[in-house]
Amino acid sequence: MTEAVKNSTQWDRIAATQQFKDLMATKKVFIVPAFIFFVVYYFALPILVGYAPAFMSIRVGHVNIAYLFALSQFVVAWVIAGLYVKAANDFDRLSQDIIEKSDGQGGR
Amino acid sequence: MSTSLVMFLVFIAITLGITYWASKRSAGASAYFAAGRQITAWQNGVAVAGDYMSAASFLGIAGLIAFFGYDGFMYSVGWLVAYLTVLLVVAEPLRNAGKYTMADVLAYRLKARPVRAMASISTLTVSTFYMIAQMVGAGTLVALLLKGSGIKFPTAVIGVGILMIIYVVFGGMLATTWVQIIKAILLMGGTILLSILVMAHFGFSFGAFFDAVGHVTYHDAKGAEVVKDFLQPGLRYKPPYGALDLISLGIALIFGTAGLPHILVRFYTVPDAKTARHSVVWAMVLIGSFYIMTTFLGFGAATIVGQDFIKKNGGTNMSAPLLAQALAGNVFFAFISAIAFATILAVVAGLTISASTSFAHDFWTNVVHKGVERAPGEEVRVARVAAFVVGFVAMGIAILLGPTANVAFLVALAFAVASSANLPVIVLSIFWKRFNTMGAVMGLAVGLVASIGLILVSPSIMGIDPPTVVGAARHPIQAVPWFKLENPAILSVPLGFLGAILGTLLTKEPEAEEKFNELLVRSNTGLGAEKAVAH
Repeated sequence: MTEAVKNSTQWDRIAATQQFKDLMATKKVFIVPAFIFFVVYYFALPILVGYAPAFMSIRVGHVNIAYLFALSQFVVAWVIAGLYVKAANDFDRLSQDIIEKSDGQGGR
Repeated sequence: MSTSLVMFLVFIAITLGITYWASKRSAGASAYFAAGRQITAWQNGVAVAGDYMSAASFLGIAGLIAFFGYDGFMYSVGWLVAYLTVLLVVAEPLRNAGKYTMADVLAYRLKARPVRAMASISTLTVSTFYMIAQMVGAGTLVALLLKGSGIKFPTAVIGVGILMIIYVVFGGMLATTWVQIIKAILLMGGTILLSILVMAHFGFSFGAFFDAVGHVTYHDAKGAEVVKDFLQPGLRYKPPYGALDLISLGIALIFGTAGLPHILVRFYTVPDAKTARHSVVWAMVLIGSFYIMTTFLGFGAATIVGQDFIKKNGGTNMSAPLLAQALAGNVFFAFISAIAFATILAVVAGLTISASTSFAHDFWTNVVHKGVERAPGEEVRVARVAAFVVGFVAMGIAILLGPTANVAFLVALAFAVASSANLPVIVLSIFWKRFNTMGAVMGLAVGLVASIGLILVSPSIMGIDPPTVVGAARHPIQAVPWFKLENPAILSVPLGFLGAILGTLLTKEPEAEEKFNELLVRSNTGLGAEKAVAH
């Protein structure tokens, strides 16, 4: 299995490059906060509905806070998805550089 | 009612035509299992949405909102938000590092046989439970929708089962994808039309609509008239366990959607990770719009039709079709019913192909035959046989359970297993260098056992019924439930992670750690990813 060994060192070398580290750092800067934000924002809904029903029932116009908060979840999810697609263009650019530098190694 | 039957038959004819077309293009494993990886972003996005918007969403959530108002709507929020986990965490790494199944990613740096065997068991469990729920739903619905045509529950189940087997066995992933796309477009079209009709009923005034929702009148079990504000939370989820149950459901959705095998396999049908990403966004636009419109469907049914009438004419699941009938007569009722039927068929086909792919690729080729196909095309042949078997088993169980069986918990179970068994090991395998084979096997096993065990002692299975409840509608265990929540995820997801972490820490596997960089580079850059096959 010499080829596997060779390949495996090849991957280690790419993983150690500054470019790859930059890619991982760029991804982390977006994905970690985005994930934490949406999880917190989403679970606020059942928690508030369950433990602060009086607050959630306050009427706003023809509807109430509970309904508006639920609707806002859709908007927030779409906005995060949109921001991610934008941020991911940078990820693609960085990945492309790494793939080109690897001289097609590992590719088929 | 025969209009319904005609529309069913038109849909069946179109989808069989597609299957015939696809069967000529499904030669070879990559073509059969992954549609040649040539599905475009919008096509896959629509198909993902189609796989996800089951009859449970269309009929079930409309019914929940019609009967429980706001609580039903809150239920639909999580189904969209869950896609952020798919988008941010799993879709791209999976496409970059895998071939046909979720287990491909796990097997990358772990010992293939034990990991694939466990992953296959988990996939088959999720798919089969989900499918049985859909089949029972299908049988009940078709029998109800075609009332008067003489088609009864078992016939309906067999009909649905045979059609889905034909799609999958002959048309493979390509046919399944197109059946899904057509159904999703029909479903969106029907929902938009229904929403516009509801608003037209209220003179296109949101004020008038929501004022009516604030004063919904119906009769309770004792026959007394009740007026309720349907925007008020708490009609379904009541103290002391209501809030916890909702949080637990949220956990199952947020972590489970990204672990559903029939959703994950969809990302192998596109050419690359970027397309996978864009297809998730397409799916989110469709799924989000759909669930927002459930407001009009559900509240429309509550105000225009009223739950007194719905109860007498087929129950909660008939809310949306009955709303269509009230607003635009029998032809529209037939159209909406045909959409519901198309929805069920497409979803069971998607489940069947993910189950049979996992059996053929993970279990047969990689576990039994150690990764070697003994003859060209064997994997596809085995998958076709598996689709037959899976289809017949699901039909058999659905007929045995009968139309009155309480099957909602089977869907909860599928999500619980996906979130507690599949997701922890996918995430840890991508992000944790130390993760190893024992961790994956224990994570999958603990997640699986914990979800099934907790559901067995939950109010879905255990409960004390009054003697008036008879037959399959009775709880199988007549006792006070030990676990108070309907959804086990709040406990089973942490247990799944704990199992995976403990299993990892108890053993050492240097090979798995050595290959971490390979998986890391592959999953993040797409270097060496499976390419689309050119025609």
